[in-house]
Amino acid sequence: MNLTLRIWRQHGPEDKGRMVTYPVQDVSPDMSFLEMLDVLNERLILDGEEPVAFDHDCREGICGMCSLMINGEAHGPQRGTTACQLHMRQFSDGDTIDIEPWRARAFPVVKDLVVNRNAFDQIIAAGGYVTAPTGSAPEAHSVPVPKADADAAFESAACIGCGACVAACPNGSGMLFTAAKITQLSLLPQGQPERYTRVIGMVDAHDEAGFGGCTNIGECAAACPKGIPLNTIGRLNRDYLKATAKRAGS
Amino acid sequence: MAVTGIILVLFLIAHMLGNLKIFTGETSFDHYAHWLRDIGTPLLPTTWFLWIQRTVLTVAVLGHIGAATLLAMRSRAARPVRYAHRRKIHVNYAARTMRWGGVIILLFVIYHILDLTTGHLNPKGDPANPYGNVVADFAPERWYVTLFYTLALVTLGFHLRHGAFSAFRSLGQQTPKGERRARIAALVFAVALVGGYLLVPFAVITGLVS
Ligand code: HEM
Ligand code: SF4
Ligand code: FES
Repeated sequence: MNLTLRIWRQHGPEDKGRMVTYPVQDVSPDMSFLEMLDVLNERLILDGEEPVAFDHDCREGICGMCSLMINGEAHGPQRGTTACQLHMRQFSDGDTIDIEPWRARAFPVVKDLVVNRNAFDQIIAAGGYVTAPTGSAPEAHSVPVPKADADAAFESAACIGCGACVAACPNGSGMLFTAAKITQLSLLPQGQPERYTRVIGMVDAHDEAGFGGCTNIGECAAACPKGIPLNTIGRLNRDYLKATAKRAGS
Repeated sequence: MAVTGIILVLFLIAHMLGNLKIFTGETSFDHYAHWLRDIGTPLLPTTWFLWIQRTVLTVAVLGHIGAATLLAMRSRAARPVRYAHRRKIHVNYAARTMRWGGVIILLFVIYHILDLTTGHLNPKGDPANPYGNVVADFAPERWYVTLFYTLALVTLGFHLRHGAFSAFRSLGQQTPKGERRARIAALVFAVALVGGYLLVPFAVITGLVS
């Protein structure tokens, strides 16, 4: 297949940046989207041009590094799929494909398509863990966990922290990520002691990082490659309300 | 957002049910409109209750708009550089039109007060005879008034559909099953409320109420 790519090029954080057009020839439909970019970059290097910088690591949909806005959709057109797992067979010969970085104040562009997602680490640092060492895995039957809770916690734990939810949200909100990181702990026994301080801390860190406020539109859940459901944010809201009430009461 | 929205919704429900009294006839409707001015008497002087209610509603509207403005400003600030190519994948018309829909509803409310409360924009504008004002307002030759009311109310319906769902969510609705229920409840509520309001102009324009 032959394609026309329009890619965001930006030399560094201070550069204004612009869309630049590149034709690519002989793309195999079996290539992944990132392999297609590798092909482009090899050619750019041979031509003595600067290759396009983009984030990636595992290339198997588990690390959360890849972060491309492809034709205006986070991770591209295929639902439940990261950009690295997206294959060129999703496109047709002659297509023009726009590739942009995640756009959010909290995710400043480092270079080209690479953004700094440190804001997510700050949210985690504000309570997204269990402080006390809990030792090795306990005997599975010693603390019963209801199946529904275990399933919901596991579903949240699938979040790979990619930031597609922020990129897709019209408000630039990071609530789906924050909610996933809160509920993977709040539904399990190990997460209980810090349950209510955690939610306040993480939501405050989210707001301080410059993300927008959630208005329940649902674009995040539709874009999430790991299928984190929208109601996860409801679980966060519930804990947040309880935490505020507790704080007011003490 | 949710708290001020709920105050407005409570008013909307009461106002819709009150409007339906138009079907009980002129005397009954006018009597109802006058009674609104007497609620709370003799404990409160005449029209005091109405003014208290108006104050609460104004505060709620201002609070609601204030919160919406803050949210909108945060959203703008959160994405300083826009996408060159943007595609919405999750179609949710009601959720996307909350801000502009809200502004349209506000303009409508201003017009509506000048029309049926103060009477300035009403062809009759007789404070003693609200029934007559309503009938004159939605007369068939003034079809454009009915059209405008209809468009504004449909906008309100969209606003309330997402608003009600959003309020359930803000107040802690959290399971997938509950989400389905909340969506259905919000839709039924919005349709019922808008339908109830629209009965009145359409009853007048079709001659059912005259
Ligand atoms: C300039 C006028 C208005 C603006 C800009 C506005 C905007 C908004 C916005 C942005 C939301 C939040 C949406 C969300 O959370 O997803 C909202 C919610 C809501 N609005 Fe309005 N609105 C306006 C007027 C009204 C009026 C006149 C009513 C009632 C008659 C109303 C009823 C509601 C309700 C019930 C909610 C749900 C509360 C919630 O989200 O928890 N709004 N509005
Ligand atoms: S919630 Fe989904 S979209 Fe958001 S960071 Fe986690 S995996 Fe990515
Ligand atoms: S590169 Fe690891 S998820 Fe895409």
